[in-house]
Amino acid sequence: MLEMRDLHGFYGESHVLHGVSLNVQQGEVVTLLGRNGAGKTSTMRSIMGILSKRRGSIKFQGEELIGMAQHKVPRLGIGYVPEERGIFSSLSVDENLTLPPVVKEGGMTVAQIHDLFPNLKGRGTTQGTRLSGGEQQMLAIARILRTGATLILLDEPTEGLAPVIIEQIGVAVRALKARGFTIVLVEQNFRFAATIADRHYVMEEGHVVDMIPNDQLHANMDKLHTYLGV
Amino acid sequence: MFQLLGIPPQALFGQLLLGLINGSFYALLSLGLAVIFGMLNVVNMAHGALYMVGAFVAWLLLTYVGIGYWPALVLAPLIVGALGLVLERTMLRRLYKVDHLYGLLLTFGLALIFEGAFRHQFGVSGQPYPIPDLLKGGTNLGFMFLPTYRGWVVGFSILVCGATWFAIERTKLGAYLRAATENPTLVQAFGINVPVMVSLTYGFGVALAGLAGVLAAPIYQVNPLMGANLIIVVFAVVVIGGMGSILGAIVTGLGLGLLEGVTKVFYPEASNIVVFVIMAVVLMIKPAGLFGREK
Repeated sequence: MLEMRDLHGFYGESHVLHGVSLNVQQGEVVTLLGRNGAGKTSTMRSIMGILSKRRGSIKFQGEELIGMAQHKVPRLGIGYVPEERGIFSSLSVDENLTLPPVVKEGGMTVAQIHDLFPNLKGRGTTQGTRLSGGEQQMLAIARILRTGATLILLDEPTEGLAPVIIEQIGVAVRALKARGFTIVLVEQNFRFAATIADRHYVMEEGHVVDMIPNDQLHANMDKLHTYLGV
Repeated sequence: MFQLLGIPPQALFGQLLLGLINGSFYALLSLGLAVIFGMLNVVNMAHGALYMVGAFVAWLLLTYVGIGYWPALVLAPLIVGALGLVLERTMLRRLYKVDHLYGLLLTFGLALIFEGAFRHQFGVSGQPYPIPDLLKGGTNLGFMFLPTYRGWVVGFSILVCGATWFAIERTKLGAYLRAATENPTLVQAFGINVPVMVSLTYGFGVALAGLAGVLAAPIYQVNPLMGANLIIVVFAVVVIGGMGSILGAIVTGLGLGLLEGVTKVFYPEASNIVVFVIMAVVLMIKPAGLFGREK
């Protein structure tokens, strides 16, 4: 579904991605693991075209994304949940939820979204940024589900959240997987990642250094500890 | 004949009306500036010149084509808006990646060019523009005489400002605008063509200036420098209301117009500086403006 070949990315003069190659099958949950600055977020941003100085190839369902107008990428059915969540303070919760335009048929309805994230129910007129951090994360995920996007890029959804909230996010992500969404997940918390992912790509210094299927995660614990430095 | 604080009511209400009319123009112009600043982060120094162009378009349409006030009320803002689109696409766009100051300098230069070109072509004496037949005459309200055209300008301006506020604060399109003002990158990542939105926002903002120009044509004369005189006060209004605040622009525009009117009655010598005194005070106490958000 998503195929990345020898992707190089630059912020101005600084070369941050050094030949990333990976692929994601339809319906899979794949994580990008790695230390801070390994290039996980940059990889996501280069898919969306936010990191625009790119070389190599990113194909989504066979279509090349490099060179495509930035606003057309999400319209292919790619939903992006940024690390900083990006809840708009000048918009209400409902306005935040319905902001991203529907790009494909088959998106979830607002009622289905409320079943998945009960915390958002009845909060429609609240200013978006008055929600708690966990609720803002739920809203950031929720607003993508309406659009009919089939590939979801989740950048550190658990960052800074309490364990009980992380558990809730985990339940939601598993529910999304069961619904057939394809998910690419950036995580530092590999214990969380291990509960939902099919495969893990390990990144270091701007490229992929290893791929570990989730069922071999235990056998590779030592290696992983070295990679992540934990 | 009763008197209010030693002032005959005709004089008081007459000045209040004058203040309200000036306030209507402040509101329309500062609203356009606020919309543009919010989205583009550009202080549009060409705003006053484009207001003047709006008035001239109406005058040219009438003088050379025989197109009257009512069609001009639609056509002139469209023409000024189209001019704005061209300016944004060909020039302003190139400056978004550098400091905002460059946008200010560019639009300031454009204002000088527009004003110079019109002055060269039409002189500075000013061209009269007739009040449309439907709005001639006036009504005696008992406490004052209300010229119909002036009543129309105030009412219509408030209507346009109110409609703009509603469109931005209460509609889906407005939600895109507010979101893109906050985080254009993310809005783009949701599949919205932000550069087109930016162009249209600039076009809409300057179209409001063009509309104000048409409304002003029958009251003031159509003069190449009419915008240059007004825009300084309008910038003060924007600073007092808060850069980028929609409601702030409208309320402050009307309020300061009224305040100027009152000042003219009670202490005429201060009427030209009262806005700037308030600006200085507001800047010291609440630098983000009365309705602005601290960043």
